Amino acid sequence: MKIDWTRNETLVFLVVVAFCILTTVVDPAFFSLPTLFDLLRNSIVTGIFAIGVLVVLVSGGIDVSFTAIAAFAMYSTTLALKNLGLDVPWYGAFALSILIGTGLGLVNAIFIAGFRLPTLIVTLGTLSAVRGFLLTFVGSQLISNVPPGMREFSQLILFRGTTAEGYFYSLPWAFAALVLVVAGTWFLLYRTLLGRKIFAIGGSEESARRIGIGVRGVQVFIYAYVGALSGLAGIIHASLARVANPFDLVGLELSVIAAVVLGGARLTGGYGTITGTLLGLALIVLVSNSLILLGIPSTWQSVVIGALILLGTGLPAFQAKRAALRAG
Amino acid sequence: MTETPFVRLDAVSKSFAGVQALNGVSFSIAAGQAVCLAGENGSGKSTLIKILAGVEKPDSGHVAINGEIFNALNPRTSVARGIQVIFQDFSLFPNLTVAENIAFSAELASGDKLVKRARARALAQSVLERIAVDIPLDTRVETLAVADKQLVAIARALALDARLVIMDEPTTALTEREVQSLLAIIRRLKAAGVAVLFVSHKLAEIFEVCEKIVVIRNGAVVSDAPAAEFDIDSLAYQMTGRHFTGSVAAPFDAAAQPVLEVDGLGRDGTLHDISFSLRPGEVLGIAGLLGSGRTELAKALFGLLPVDRGTIRLDGRPLALRGPVDAVEAGIGYVPEDRLTEGLFLTQSILRNIAIGRLDAFSRSLGRLDRSGLRAEARDWLGRLKVAAPDPDAPVKSLSGGNQQRVVLARWLAGNPRILILNGPTVGVDIGSKTDIHGIIADLSAEKLGVIVISDDLPELIACCHRILIMKAGRIAQETVSGETSERELTMKLAS
Amino acid sequence: MDQDMEKPAAAPRPASLFRRRDALLSSAMTRLFLLTLLIFVVMAALDPSRFLTLGNFSSMAFQFPEFAILSLAMMLSMMTGGIDLSIVGISNLSAVVAALLLSSLAGPDATGLAAAGTVGLAIMAALLVGGICGLLNGLMIGIFGLPPILATLGSGLVFTGVAVAITGGSAVLGFPAAFAFLGNGAVFGLPVPLIVFVAIAATVWLVLERTALGLRIQMLGTNPLAARFAGIDDLAVTVRTYLLSGLFSAAAGLVIMSRANSAKADYGSSYLLLSILICVLGGINPYGGFGRVAGLVLAVLSLQFLSSGLNMLQVSNFAKDLIWGGLLLAVMVANGIQFGRKSR
Repeated sequence: MKIDWTRNETLVFLVVVAFCILTTVVDPAFFSLPTLFDLLRNSIVTGIFAIGVLVVLVSGGIDVSFTAIAAFAMYSTTLALKNLGLDVPWYGAFALSILIGTGLGLVNAIFIAGFRLPTLIVTLGTLSAVRGFLLTFVGSQLISNVPPGMREFSQLILFRGTTAEGYFYSLPWAFAALVLVVAGTWFLLYRTLLGRKIFAIGGSEESARRIGIGVRGVQVFIYAYVGALSGLAGIIHASLARVANPFDLVGLELSVIAAVVLGGARLTGGYGTITGTLLGLALIVLVSNSLILLGIPSTWQSVVIGALILLGTGLPAFQAKRAALRAG
Repeated sequence: MTETPFVRLDAVSKSFAGVQALNGVSFSIAAGQAVCLAGENGSGKSTLIKILAGVEKPDSGHVAINGEIFNALNPRTSVARGIQVIFQDFSLFPNLTVAENIAFSAELASGDKLVKRARARALAQSVLERIAVDIPLDTRVETLAVADKQLVAIARALALDARLVIMDEPTTALTEREVQSLLAIIRRLKAAGVAVLFVSHKLAEIFEVCEKIVVIRNGAVVSDAPAAEFDIDSLAYQMTGRHFTGSVAAPFDAAAQPVLEVDGLGRDGTLHDISFSLRPGEVLGIAGLLGSGRTELAKALFGLLPVDRGTIRLDGRPLALRGPVDAVEAGIGYVPEDRLTEGLFLTQSILRNIAIGRLDAFSRSLGRLDRSGLRAEARDWLGRLKVAAPDPDAPVKSLSGGNQQRVVLARWLAGNPRILILNGPTVGVDIGSKTDIHGIIADLSAEKLGVIVISDDLPELIACCHRILIMKAGRIAQETVSGETSERELTMKLAS
Repeated sequence: MDQDMEKPAAAPRPASLFRRRDALLSSAMTRLFLLTLLIFVVMAALDPSRFLTLGNFSSMAFQFPEFAILSLAMMLSMMTGGIDLSIVGISNLSAVVAALLLSSLAGPDATGLAAAGTVGLAIMAALLVGGICGLLNGLMIGIFGLPPILATLGSGLVFTGVAVAITGGSAVLGFPAAFAFLGNGAVFGLPVPLIVFVAIAATVWLVLERTALGLRIQMLGTNPLAARFAGIDDLAVTVRTYLLSGLFSAAAGLVIMSRANSAKADYGSSYLLLSILICVLGGINPYGGFGRVAGLVLAVLSLQFLSSGLNMLQVSNFAKDLIWGGLLLAVMVANGIQFGRKSR
């Protein structure tokens, strides 16, 4: 297998491996099924977000509002179900949250595809507006008794077992959601024409317009898709935690974007892979959960993630710049 | 001829903001015919292309395709009727593969939601075979050389069953060998019944492939005849409306200390052993197709391109150019090819575009600028170069091409450079401004600046320059004294 | 980033290097002025007895400099066509460093010359930290070619992270009374924070309108490629811009610290969005090249009036977030639509 050293994925993979080795050396208990399953569980919500962000980045845009959309969708779903006293099975709650997320994503689409405004500032605006709306008009109280349907979901276990030493490990069905999202998005990006259009727009929006790709339509889809994924991630988060905290999730944006960008997706658009995103995700999840095992206090977490972003994007950027200067 | 031409334009006129871009243009293109639309930049060629592509609508007149009359086309109808335009930037997706780029439009048209990789590859393969081109299907387009990108663009046009392929200045970025390949492909297209509208201002190529030449000048058709009825001189005359007679450059002192000495300049892959001298007041022309290294040489002299060996001496002093900042400081100015993206700050004012070159000279203590001094000097230059600018604080994009070019010149001249390099100084400039700019170059020569002019416009080089260097494959192939050569001779030398 | 967005074609009116007599009558500025006036009138009308008091004006004059100075920091980076997402991180880190110095070297009971000396030292330390952070940003963007969004996203995380790490996440307290003067004192009746803001605003105005650097910043922001061809040293301009941005962020951090009488790693988190809103409202083109300090000042005033009015109406902070977000979107739509699309 030829190793392509210039690709981000290779470097991230090596860092992930190095991290795991280092941590196992320091704390042998790290290399165990319980740890693995813990990490897998912790990557579900972030992973779904990351896949959404990947799609946006490939199209040449950026979205920072997804966590606010997720919080809004999950909280309003939970609140609605509680207030209506409906005993809805978990997939009903999920459907509602996804629907709300899609709606909010369409709001982004109005400004980005409709008014052709810059994506970073638009999504900064919607981040604030959606969060503000949620906390002002929907509610700011923690809901600790989530509807039974959601509670049920958190108890659905995919794998469970006990290690020789007597430690439990389990993986909830929620993980399957991540797998589905990954598979579905892979299919979208690589097997559908719509997915190729997304890459095309990211590669050259002007050329896409000229050959008749309906750029606006694709953009509407993209932001609705991210919204839907955010709704899904949100409701999974609330179900697994069994608590709907409207203040949750916001603040995760930077880690998610870090994961996607580390995995090789470019801000300018047109480039990015699912594999890369998953590798970046692995690195971020490892850093967020296991730094402490390396003796680095959690207060240094942001520093490490920030430094990773800078190194992980700085090196390829520097190489590209040197090549460009060299070529005149 | 009773046969209906494939495309026929009838009295098409178009104006933009009071400027008449096209004035009653009529001509036709038969199936399988290669027609050349010859005209200088600014003659109305691009407007015509846009009307055929459906991107612009004519104010009056109509376009008939296969007998069907359209008062206005739109991109969809145009493509559906078989008209494909290959723009100068090719409109490709750099991040996608060759196969994907070629097949994209066809995939779009098929209405399928899923990607049919095999089908796309087969289509791409067959199209490439049709034009006898061999490029690996899975290469990402951004890694291709310019000539190959163009071939991919042509292939894409064909994938959609084009009946008329319009190529806008297709040879601008090609080497001579690639030009020959392109011309061979055009012949193959013609044999397959595909018409080609070859839009260009490069005389030599026009004759090689076109059966009919339509000459457009100032928005009107001045000539429409079989290619056999033209020769280079008459074609040039029709395009410009003038004859070029001899050199206008003032004599210079050939014995003076050279202002620029280039010795053994080389850059792996692009420049080989370039050596020449430039004396104060001398105007040196550099001709050569792209790929000959002429733009690379200009960039190297301006610090935009690092070199691997050789020296550059200015007034005897060796220069170490790490970037344009060093070049400017040394007294070298560069008027770039692409005025709009490389030369001007379009949304900023005319005065600012000039002043930006003079900030250090007008900086006082604590970084303060002598604004009134800057303003006065900039205004002064507007007058000296006769820039038609009623409002100097208006954004520079409000000016015409010729006036914009003068603004760029003003910026450099205000800084009193020792050497000025001009890359394509009259591209996209109207006839009147062109003459004026030639006059400015003559004035620069009189003021003992060293001037280097890089141009495709051979009459221009002959008129303005004392000497002309012909570059090929990164080397200086020949040197001619402009008074002793003619345009025909230069064309031959370039093509050989 | 989104390559599709087309810059407003003719406005905000290119701030001519050589200001024309009628510059102030330019339509964008006039509209902004009228908007500010309108907001003032509406807010005043809501509760004149509380709004139109000297006490209220004074309190507003103490409040807005914090985010106004941060907005000036943001403005500079925007003018070059970039963005600085780390301004709040820099502000907090600088404050935390100053705070630790103050509390450990002086403490709440210190008075007299020793206290004043420590305050001076702390201020210098904060500015030094701000400058270093800004320098780092500038170098990453200028030398390594990192896109400003990513560079400042990452660096913001690092700066905030370092602040969290050295404080353990909690607030730093215990400053000498003398320090409170920066955020709460008044000189000849003018609030000190206001004086600091005016000084910084004047500096930014001077730099942009009266120095070579300022013109270079604007041209670089308009067309980086042409700037290179024109011989502008883009590395020098970028580094200087982000350095200044860092210094101003540190100044803002000091004001916040003085007013809150404490320093914490997560203060002012809503100020990032607010400063972007102010810049966009103030007519600063997020793609670079255009923007006037006067516009920023009017935008600051508008938002302060709005904020005070909303406070009087007892609108929650969350609702304010909603309003800021909505306002940002509305302003962009209005500006975008108003000035049409740039045709390439």
